[in-house]
Amino acid sequence: MNIILRLAWRNLWRHQRRTWLTIGAMVFSNTLLVFMISMQFGMYDLMIDNTLKVFTGHLQIQAPGYKDQQKMRQTVPDIVPLADRLRVEFPDEDIAARGWAFALASSEERSYGVGIFGVEPGFEAQVSSIPGLIEEGRYLSESGAAEIVIGAVLARNLRVEPGDELTLLGSGLDGSFAAAVVPIVGIFDSGVPDVDRNIAEMQLAAFQDIFFMEGAGHQVVISAPTLDAAEAVTPEIAAALPPDADLVVHDWDALQPGLKQAIKADMSSAFFMYGVLVILVAFSVLNTQLMSVLERTHEFGIVMSLGLKPGQLGRLVMLETALLGLIGLVLGAICGAIVTAYFSVNGLSIPGMEEMAANFNLPPRVYFEPTPLTMAIGPFVVFLFTLLAAIYPALRLYKLHPVQAMRAN
Amino acid sequence: MRTLPVLTRLAWRYLWRNHRRTMIMVSAIAVGVWAMIFMTAMSRGMVDQVIEDGVSALPGHVQVHNPQFLDDPSVANRIQISDAELSRTFGAMDFKAWASRVRVPAVIASEYESRGVTLLGIDPVAERAFGYLDYDDVEGRFLEGVDDDGIVIGRKLADKLETRVGKRVVLMSQDPDNEIADRGFRVVGLFEAEVPAFEEGNVFVGKTVAQKMLRIGDTTTEIVFLGDSYRDVEPIYDKVVSGVDGSLEVSRWSEIATYLGSMLSVMDGFVMIWMIVIFLALSFGLVNTLVMAVFERVREIGLMLALGMKPANILGQIIIESMLLLAVGLVIGDVLAWATIQPLRGGIDISIVAEGMEMMGAASVLYPRLYLGDMVLANVIVLSLGFLASLSPAWRASRYEPVEAITKVG
Repeated sequence: MNIILRLAWRNLWRHQRRTWLTIGAMVFSNTLLVFMISMQFGMYDLMIDNTLKVFTGHLQIQAPGYKDQQKMRQTVPDIVPLADRLRVEFPDEDIAARGWAFALASSEERSYGVGIFGVEPGFEAQVSSIPGLIEEGRYLSESGAAEIVIGAVLARNLRVEPGDELTLLGSGLDGSFAAAVVPIVGIFDSGVPDVDRNIAEMQLAAFQDIFFMEGAGHQVVISAPTLDAAEAVTPEIAAALPPDADLVVHDWDALQPGLKQAIKADMSSAFFMYGVLVILVAFSVLNTQLMSVLERTHEFGIVMSLGLKPGQLGRLVMLETALLGLIGLVLGAICGAIVTAYFSVNGLSIPGMEEMAANFNLPPRVYFEPTPLTMAIGPFVVFLFTLLAAIYPALRLYKLHPVQAMRAN
Repeated sequence: MRTLPVLTRLAWRYLWRNHRRTMIMVSAIAVGVWAMIFMTAMSRGMVDQVIEDGVSALPGHVQVHNPQFLDDPSVANRIQISDAELSRTFGAMDFKAWASRVRVPAVIASEYESRGVTLLGIDPVAERAFGYLDYDDVEGRFLEGVDDDGIVIGRKLADKLETRVGKRVVLMSQDPDNEIADRGFRVVGLFEAEVPAFEEGNVFVGKTVAQKMLRIGDTTTEIVFLGDSYRDVEPIYDKVVSGVDGSLEVSRWSEIATYLGSMLSVMDGFVMIWMIVIFLALSFGLVNTLVMAVFERVREIGLMLALGMKPANILGQIIIESMLLLAVGLVIGDVLAWATIQPLRGGIDISIVAEGMEMMGAASVLYPRLYLGDMVLANVIVLSLGFLASLSPAWRASRYEPVEAITKVG
């Protein structure tokens, strides 16, 4: 073993208690950082996934302006042929066409305003989790019959169950009066109150009949295998749109702008917390290393008078710090990995947080998948700041005068 | 007790013997305390605003409904007591502000579009005190009385409906027998609200007009009461309960908006955890400093013991030293926190993440809130846990064997 390395290692253990306390600070921070960063990013992925999976999909083709105004006449013309063609051209993506209209839905006892979606029952299940969340009755059949499924909250408010009829009153694409009586065949429960209160689905062809859509719809929903794949395929889809039609492709960030921003807002406060933890560790290291340099003034004086350069001593101090930091890094990463592994297997649930979680489409018990990056980033930043903290003590060595230093103590 | 001033003086001087180490530790404590208070003030500011906006969008700190209404908000589940009688009961009870209103889901339609909204039939005079809308900030005008036959809607809703002041819209809802109840209104005012969902989802009409449209005579669906602060609703809750019979349900805002209620308690828990985590990160350095301070003067301590100083006094002196160190750090940290939060009180523009904040229910300007209670909590946590952390090094110092200590090679 290199002599300097050996020296550094031995110096480290001159004050065992002090060294272990400094390492303790690192391990504490590293454990927290590994766990919290892994959890945080795991939560973000879940939030995005769960939010998009319910209904939004990764991409949507719409008329310009429809996203913000949702006006009836901002349509995608001949929507079913368009969706069929895209399905052929993009076999890897799941694609489904939808129409939307607002209507007053009345049961025998109650009336509520509700958004009616016309969907393609055969494809809808690929882009939305609603068809799989039917709690009573069944989902829409592909027969083209006029039938409707509604959310659990709406069903409770309307006091209906499968088999009852719903009267829809609204206006058609041309502004004329649209009305229909449709049987309820199923009730879904997504657990998201807003979805369960505001969404009803019926077969697209029947929807187009009732609301005089003349073959048009409002959105073509596209789900790619992954978020990254969705991003990659966006320009290709935009290029595949009919050139004469006035249509745009929106990605999930445009469709759910709150999502990315909620993540950003949460990230900025999280990084403030991490930053404070790292700085406190750096202070701890600074304190320890400065002490260890000051108490060795006499000793350093002797070795300098024997011909050692301040630069060599500085490297010794940095090496000591690096060893210290390395122990903290390894132990911290191990502790952090254990804690993270435990919670990623058993799930994490914070009592009292269930309702807040639901607001972000998170289940009450969260399972997350730590990645090597989220596990490693915290300890490495701590290590970096540990080294930075040792610069000041190391630089002090340059001010040392061998003779004066030997007189110290 | 005579020894206390001496010990304190000793501790203070020991503290500055190695001023570099002390300054580093003081800085660490100051940064830690600053972070505790600053972060708490920021989070408090955000949560307070979410809750205040949420409560003002309800609106009313304590609300009275028919027991079925919250689950099934239909006029069929209205309060079966006439408005005149309510006035006699609550008018005599001296509330800061109270109002009865009609609140039902409805559909609003212009000649182009229709949307689902919440219809609020209100008495604009009685509701002014609730403060959810600035009447003077409305484009056009706000409602002028219970029999005002105009309608006031949000600007965002007006955009979607392609309507404006002076145009007509139709409101549709149901009467108690589930017959469609509809009526045309002229839009007289457009309001803007901090929270977009409030602006899009609520329309205001005169109370009497709404009652006539819904064919519910002189009855309403909810009675709302305003307290001094959303944090302290128990007094008016008790007062309201004493004024109604068992046929009605009295709820606090935290029971109606359970999400907001749980947010408040989660926040309190978060503040506590955050402060303790920061302290733990600090504690390693604190103990380290004390261990070093003791180590440096083992011989002195041995000498003092040999000269007859009681071990208890050594223990006390080290603990006082630790407390002084913490106190200096705390004072600097507190001042720093105050000095950084004070200039931000006018609000921090966070509109780049506005829609994300909206998902949480907040507006786009963040006002940090520095509560004395939080500041005291941070200081108490640091001092009390700091006391516990310094017990072990202090105890070890007081247990030295005088002869061994004096002869120890330093």
